[in-house]
Amino acid sequence: MNRIVQFFHKTVSPEYFYWLSGKLIPWFIGIFVVVLAFGVWGAFTAPTDYQQGESYRIIFVHVPAAYMSMLIYVCMAVAGFIGLVWHIKLAEITAVASAPIGAAFTALALATGSLWGKPMWGTYWVWDARLTSELILLFLYIGVIALYNAIDDHRKAARAVAILALVGVVNIPIIHFSVEWWSTLHQPATLSKLDQPSMHPDMLRPLLIMIVACTIYFPGILFMRIRAMLLRQERRSRWVARLLGEEGT
Amino acid sequence: MRPARKQRLWMAAFIVAGVAVAAALTMTAFQKNLLFFFSPSDVMAGEAPENQSFRLGGLVTAGSLKHLEDGLTVEFIVTDFGHSITVRYSGILPDLFREGQGVVTQGQLGADGIFAADEVLAKHDETYMPPEVADALERSGHPIDEDKSQ
Repeated sequence: MNRIVQFFHKTVSPEYFYWLSGKLIPWFIGIFVVVLAFGVWGAFTAPTDYQQGESYRIIFVHVPAAYMSMLIYVCMAVAGFIGLVWHIKLAEITAVASAPIGAAFTALALATGSLWGKPMWGTYWVWDARLTSELILLFLYIGVIALYNAIDDHRKAARAVAILALVGVVNIPIIHFSVEWWSTLHQPATLSKLDQPSMHPDMLRPLLIMIVACTIYFPGILFMRIRAMLLRQERRSRWVARLLGEEGT
Repeated sequence: MRPARKQRLWMAAFIVAGVAVAAALTMTAFQKNLLFFFSPSDVMAGEAPENQSFRLGGLVTAGSLKHLEDGLTVEFIVTDFGHSITVRYSGILPDLFREGQGVVTQGQLGADGIFAADEVLAKHDETYMPPEVADALERSGHPIDEDKSQ
């Protein structure tokens, strides 16, 4: 037990994490590029849909983006929670660093959904429960980013952000179940009922590969952001000085 | 666990639980406003607002689509297999509009019982498959529409 605690403390120390993430990033990005290549190839070669024709292919971007928008929010809230309770600097930074990535995926999900909605539904936007709750998610992300930048003290800002992230977590089940709880224009879930998938395997495979690609992309890009934030916040500490010294010589 | 940490843990848990309860109560209170459309049965039961625009949703009855003589106006029957309402609409129908598929229409119910729509949106289902598979299902006597009507 003590060993695990020791290992944990070592991993979350800024200096060690900076080193470790530096080693991991190329792996994440490398695997992401390979998986993405497979996913994109599959997305273009998947069969045409019987109802929607070629337009349905936007789901290969839309579904992973929407999935990531929720996954990243949960990661952000969990990291914020850990930072809030245990005052671990790395957790606080992880929460803050996740927000712009999540906001980007949310915006992508909304934009692709809207572009697809015009030809298929006949409108870019409707105020149904699914679309509205996803839009609220985007505002939550923007709120997190704005709140963090509004407070000068990094640690205090991170705690305020954690509370906002925790408040917003209630929106995640609302987004997911909105299509079941209320009548919406958005169709019910295709993927989350794996026992009886309502998607042909030839279409499902590239979609799942795209989801995996995005999931690998997230830690890669997150670690880059965390490293940049660590360097800035720890710029007066000895390990950064040592690091810069090493690179200077 | 140190007391200060424990206190913060409880505070965080309290925030999440409090917001969840507040959200659940709010959503229960606004349940009706959160519905995007009314089904024909809701309308027949008098739940839809009268003399006021609302959204009507359901499946387009197969074989019910009629083009009126002016060439622009269409009529079709929206059903939820309990009740049916005739919808009249002048304008361009979305790509996914088909007989047997879901639609959401916005408009007013007239005194003649015909729903005058000024917007028709196609609501599609969560099924994705190649056309050959859809044809095969049709041939084997298990058309896709059958699953949807459940």
